[in-house]
Amino acid sequence: MSAYVPSTALIPRAEAGEIPSIARLISRAEAGLPEARPALAQIYKKAGRAHVIGITGVPGSGKSTLVAALAARLRALGGKVGIVAVDPSSPYSGGAILGDRIRMTELAQDPGIYIRSMATRGAMGGMARATLDAVDILDLGGFETVIIETVGVGQDEVEIAKASHTTVVVSAPGLGDEIQAIKAGMLEIADIHLVSKCDRSDANRTLMDLKQMLTLGAHSGPRPEWQVPVVGVCSFNGQGFEELVDAIQKHQHTLSTESGKKRRLSIASFRLQKTAENLLIERFTQASAALRPKLAERLSARDGDPYTLASELLAAALA
Amino acid sequence: MSQPIRVLLAKVGLDGHDRGVRVVARTLRDAGMDVIYSGLHRTPEEVVSAAIQEDVDILGVSLLSGVQLTVFPKIFKLLAEKGVSDMIIVAGGVMPDEDVVELKNMGVHEVMLQDTPPDAIVKTLTRLVTERGPR
Repeated sequence: MSAYVPSTALIPRAEAGEIPSIARLISRAEAGLPEARPALAQIYKKAGRAHVIGITGVPGSGKSTLVAALAARLRALGGKVGIVAVDPSSPYSGGAILGDRIRMTELAQDPGIYIRSMATRGAMGGMARATLDAVDILDLGGFETVIIETVGVGQDEVEIAKASHTTVVVSAPGLGDEIQAIKAGMLEIADIHLVSKCDRSDANRTLMDLKQMLTLGAHSGPRPEWQVPVVGVCSFNGQGFEELVDAIQKHQHTLSTESGKKRRLSIASFRLQKTAENLLIERFTQASAALRPKLAERLSARDGDPYTLASELLAAALA
Repeated sequence: MSQPIRVLLAKVGLDGHDRGVRVVARTLRDAGMDVIYSGLHRTPEEVVSAAIQEDVDILGVSLLSGVQLTVFPKIFKLLAEKGVSDMIIVAGGVMPDEDVVELKNMGVHEVMLQDTPPDAIVKTLTRLVTERGPR
């Protein structure tokens, strides 16, 4: 691929499962160039077969390691598995160290597994702007399962649940009282709760905490047809993974029910909103770049207030 | 918005020294690049397959074990087998001058030895990507 190949010309090759073309299309989606948009439009229409699993949890909870172990299990069942692993960009330089892949090295030689590292580049919510485009491209390339690994999240990054078919929330043992703090945001989004590092002696405590917490809301939850399971795993010795795969498959089956249809619709609604927001931000940022420093100086000198000046900036940029 | 340069930094074979490559990783991150580090003891097959999956602009291989004339021919062969010809390949580490000449003849774009200042690495990589043009 030495000459510039147009994005639309890469589609048939990606559809045939050619890794370099899949990888290049993801790069073009990440770059957000207008050249790639017609291609992404075509890809979206063709995609829609893959089961999308979102894996989220606090930093260091073992997400990457368990994604590797899970991918190997799913691969053994037959289908191709794609992984999009998101890591944070530096707020200062914009650069990033993408370190998830290093925990997945045993998968590197399987041609049925594709791993892509992605930097957030300022995007909030745990995913990068192009993460869902990458999912579509892998879907087109015949990957039956696509796993999104979010950045290590805090309490509030729940977008993954609005974008994936099955959301797995990972908790690590030993976080003690801190688990209480996560519960409000994260407990609600989990389709499956996972406790990692179950070889540790305090893992049972975390399992119990989660199970108890779930029973408190058992009669008032938003999805009464699905009982959220709590699964303990140890990524190093494989303990618990059969149970995890079983839970994922069971949850996948619920997607063909009436509530599953609702979920697909709400995923589409989120995607629409998010894409519109991104387009708006892009347009606004470009159009306001010239005027912003002047208004910032006025704001800094208290010659004007944030609301008035921001309204001025908005009016000028979106005129 | 200009696109961050994507780099895979790799250590190949029985070479346990990665302080240098970590310093380079940090330098490139601070220069605004997306850096993927392979970890230690990778095979050329693993490195090439990761570089293709990640669609990096630059594959940088750090070698302090003297096996550059074995590793790089393998890397070029594997890339050719996959039909990838637009990846920029650079080498870093400690090696004799005559090996540097041979690597460049082989198609390695740049060899940066142990005394290369960090900002010179950033400049070189940025220049190589600019020279290559859009992809």
